[in-house]
This record gives sequence, structure tokens and C-alpha cells, in this order.
Amino acid sequence: MIDHLDQIFVLLRHWLVSFLPAPLQPVVCVLLSVAAIVSLFPALFALTTVFERKGLARIQNRIGPNRVGPFGVLQPIADGIKSLTKEDIVPLSADAAVHFLAPVVLVVAVFMGFAVLPMGRNMVLADMNAGLLFYFAMGASTELSVFMAGWSSRNKYSLLGAMRAVAQMISYEVVLLLSSVTVVMMAGSLSLSKIVAAQNHYSWGLPHWYIFTPWGCAGFVMYAIAATAETNRSPFDLPEGESELVAGYHTEYSGFKFALFFLGEYLAMFSISGLGTTLFLGGWSAPFSFLTWIPSWIWFFSKLMLSIFVFIWLRGTLPRLRQDQLMNFAWKFVLPMCLLNLLVAGLWRFLGDGWARWAVCSVILIGAYGAMGWGEMRRKHIGPRSYRYAE
Amino acid sequence: MTPLASYLLVAALLFSIGLAGALTRRNAILVLIGIELMLNAANLNLIAFWRYGPHPELLTGMMFAIFSIAVAAAEAAVGLGLVIQIYRHAHTTDLDAMNRMKG
Amino acid sequence: MSFVFYLLAALTVAGAFAAMLLKNTVHCALALTVAFAGLALLFLNLDAQFAGFAQILVYIGAVAILVVFAILLTRGSETPRDGVFSRTWFVGLLIAAGVFATLSWAVLQSVRVLPHETAVPTVTVLQIGNALVGRFVLPLEIVALLLTAATIGAVIVAMHEKEGQQ
Repeated sequence: MIDHLDQIFVLLRHWLVSFLPAPLQPVVCVLLSVAAIVSLFPALFALTTVFERKGLARIQNRIGPNRVGPFGVLQPIADGIKSLTKEDIVPLSADAAVHFLAPVVLVVAVFMGFAVLPMGRNMVLADMNAGLLFYFAMGASTELSVFMAGWSSRNKYSLLGAMRAVAQMISYEVVLLLSSVTVVMMAGSLSLSKIVAAQNHYSWGLPHWYIFTPWGCAGFVMYAIAATAETNRSPFDLPEGESELVAGYHTEYSGFKFALFFLGEYLAMFSISGLGTTLFLGGWSAPFSFLTWIPSWIWFFSKLMLSIFVFIWLRGTLPRLRQDQLMNFAWKFVLPMCLLNLLVAGLWRFLGDGWARWAVCSVILIGAYGAMGWGEMRRKHIGPRSYRYAE
Repeated sequence: MTPLASYLLVAALLFSIGLAGALTRRNAILVLIGIELMLNAANLNLIAFWRYGPHPELLTGMMFAIFSIAVAAAEAAVGLGLVIQIYRHAHTTDLDAMNRMKG
Repeated sequence: MSFVFYLLAALTVAGAFAAMLLKNTVHCALALTVAFAGLALLFLNLDAQFAGFAQILVYIGAVAILVVFAILLTRGSETPRDGVFSRTWFVGLLIAAGVFATLSWAVLQSVRVLPHETAVPTVTVLQIGNALVGRFVLPLEIVALLLTAATIGAVIVAMHEKEGQQ
């Protein structure tokens, strides 16, 4: 019975497909999974927008949307109606074809990334041998759409925002790749379902998730930093800094195209959180061995929503980083730490099985972090906080 | 016509288009774009021969193509850096205007 | 040949033509990206998944963006005064046509002796990894050296000069 609840979507799809003749069955099977993804994640996006606005509001000591529906939960419907019915303004000197294609390319590339995420036991749309490489290939395609949006608007602010966004995304893409390579090295495969299977063991009730190892913890922190920068979220949201660049590369977009950009940004957030849970947090596996009776897809989506909550929390709490600060941070601090993390993961593998490897790996990582941090901060004279009040 | 021959013809066509672009365009960056097209056509040739040739389990063709992709990326970076530096010096990327050795 | 192959080949060749013929340089770069995508799909059609995904990741994710940045940094998006084709365009076209004629003649002549369809090779990433550190370890190390040299070289070549303006 519990097994049935765990596999309920797989069984449902199998039952629906069994009504069709044999040659059509594989195609319709895939189409049903695609339809499920394309309908579920935008619905989750609608829920997340109201979650974010209420969450940010509470962090900033105000209430947030509370007019539409009980506690504002029907706000996304109002937002959707507004976006769909607003006039679609295209500037006269804008490059019409590229201006139209930019949000389309973004949304298509982001949706493709969902195909390799294992959302539950046996619930991967395309279980590819090089699944992680496919995901990063789709992520690389989103950068081009950002540039297309900024350039085609013929607007200096848009172009500036687009250049900043692309520079930031390619810097942090290297960090993202390197922190994932550590996981690939330890799991021995690029296939995401095999990476989850490698973490799905328990010893004394506790799981073997990679985040519970020194290199996994450091890797997860670096992955989270890179994920925040890749999706242009605070504190790395200078490209769309509302107080500086109007709206960055999507200044000249209105109506449905802006809604597509918004959708693309949030879907990228979901997909990169999904990948982070797969790589470091054990994907669909339960945290304790006595909780494995809860269906696997519930665990995956809970971890996903927890990551989204952390994204929203970071947005409300941390101040924005300046462009040169965030580029320096990526190339001079996080990238060397990533390379060191690779080395430490290798040491972890070959140092035997006792407490010695915990001690050695933790000391190396914490020591390097302290040394590099001290080296960077030594030249900045940051004293105690001082306040200036208006007269 | 065998599948291999079709792939080889497509690769030959891509190569000649890249060559035509590299030889006829004025802008230095477009010449580099033509060069990238030529490299890609060669990669297509390599993979087609890997797939339809003897001993695909030796992975020679695929490995060659992967190394070629890496080298092409490095060469594009250096080439574009050179073009940017030339632009800073001569304030133009027009290749027809750069017809003197005097700098 | 299958319909998928013709579609992908048409897409790639159309992208390549557009990349070489359009007036606006940024449009050329975007058409080049379409050609790269078409090529990646052709690789996937040839059962070379790793090469296909690496093509997307490296070419579309890095080289296309490099080209676009270079166009923007050199004001390439302004239309040139004297037209987009050089003075000697006819000779260039002739040479390219000659090269295409030679290559296609060679391919069509040897259609008889080309190998036919073999079984689909199952290539896993594990095999590629083993090959990289086994049979191809020397090229791997040399490519590592080359990439380091290219990184340092690109930074030095494109750096602002120390004297004069900053």
C-alpha cells in the first residue's frame, strides 16, 4: 500500500497509457510526463510568488498582499490576469525578432532542465547517462537569452544590465560546475538517478547524504552561492537592481513577455534547487530510516520548498553586492575553495573509514577558509559599525 | 547514398560556407565566426566517421572531437582578445582598412 | 536518410548561411548560435551524447557569448560605411565554391567503399573517462597546458596598457 502511494504517479501514467495501441504508447507516456511537469511547476511558481511576497513582507515588518482571497493567496490569479491583459509595448527602434525570441528561448531552456531531475523513485523524465551534463548545457543556453533581451531593447540601461548579468552568470557557472564535479567524483556517475541511489543508504538511522560530509557541506555552501548568483537573486541581483537599473535587461518588456521572464527566473530557481537537493541533500530519500514510509516525491518537493524558503530569506536579509565585489568573490575566493574541495573529497575517499578522515578534511577546509578570508579582509579597513542620522 | 556520405556532404557544405565567410567579410570578428564554422564542420566529420567506421568502441573519433571543441574554445578566446586589442589601437575592425604594415 | 536528419541539416546550413550573409553583426552571431545548436542535435542523432552536450555547453554557452561580447566591445553593431563584403569578395567566393566542389566530388566518388551502417555503439561516460586517463592521457595533459596558456595569453593580450589612459 505504501509502495503504491510512493509510485502513484507512475502507476497512474501506466494505467492511462494502457488504453492506447502499442505503437503510440511510448510517445504518449513521455507526453504525459511533460504535461505534468509543464502544469505542475508553473502552479508551484504561482504559489511561490505569494509565498515570497508575504515572506519578504514579514521580514521587512509589514504585511504583504492581503486583499485578494484569504491572506492574499489568490494574488497570483490577479497578477496573471494583469500580465495577460496588459498592452504589449515594443519600442520602435527595438530589434523585433530578437526582442520576441528572448523570453521564449529562456523559458524553453529552463523547462528542458527539468527533464533530468529525479522527482521521486522511478520518476525521472529522461534518465540519461550524462544527465548532469545535459542540465548544465541547458543552463548555459539561458545566458544567451539574457543577452538577447538586453541588446534587442536598444536601451543603454538594458544593455548594461544584460552585460552585468552575463558576466556574473558565466563566472558563477564555473563555480556551479566545479562544486557539482565533486559529487560526480564521489558518486562515480553523471546520471542523477545514480547519484541519488548512492545517497540512499542509512547507517544508525542517519542517511548518507553528501551534505553530512565535510566536502559535501563546503560543496553545498558553494553550490548555494553559485545558484543564487546564477538565478540573479539577492544578494547577487545587481543586473535587475530596481533601485539602480530600472529593471535591468527586462526594462522594455511588458505584459505577457515580462510574465515569461518572471516565470523563467522562478523556474530556474526551482530547477537549480532541485539539482542541489539531488546532488547534496539526497534527492527523494527520507532523512531518517524510520521515515521511508512517506512517499519519495513528498520528500523531494519538501526539500525543494525549503530551498526556496532559504532563497526568499536571503533576499530579505542580505544587502546587494556590487558588481566588482561579486566578481572578485567568485574568481578569487570561491573558485580556489572549490578546487581545494575537490582535493579534500579525494582525500576523504582514500583516508580510510574512521574519525581521522573527518578531522583531516574539516581542518583543511576550515583552515583554508580562515586563511583566505583573513588574506582578503586584511586590506579592507572595516571598523565597528557607525550610524549617521538625519539632522 | 549511405548515411555517412550525407553527413560528409553536410560537413563539406558547412566548411565551404565558413570558408566563404572568412574570405569575403570585412569585419574581423566575422572572419573568426567563419573559422569557428570550419572547425565545427571538421568535428561533424570526425563524429560521423566514428559512428559509421570500424571499431567505434575505441572512441577515437569522439575523443578527437572533444579535444577539438576544447582547443577551438581556447583559440576563439585568444583570437577575440587580439581583435579587441587591434580595435583599441586602430579604432576599427575593418580588415580592408588594415592593409599597411605601419602600425 | 530520415526526415530528422534532413530537418537538422537544413537548420544547420540555414544558420551558417545566415551567419555569413546578414548585415548586422549581432544577428550573425545569433545565427551562428542556431548553427551550433543544429550541429549539437546532429551529434545527438549520431549517438554521440557526450559530444553533443559538450558542444552546447562549450560553444553555445561560452564561444557564442565570447563572440557577442567582442562585437559589443568593438562597436561592431554599427553598420559600416563601405558595405559588409570586402573588395575581393568574388575571388573568395570562387575559392570556397572550388573547395566545396572538390570535397563533394571526393565524397561522392568514394560512396562505394565507405563503410555501411554498423550497430549503435553504446558509449557510457565511464568509458569516455577511462579512455581519457588511459589511452588519451597525453592529449589530455597537453590540452590542459594549452588551456592554461590560452587563459593567460587572452588576459595579457586583452589587458589595458599600463601607460596612457586607464
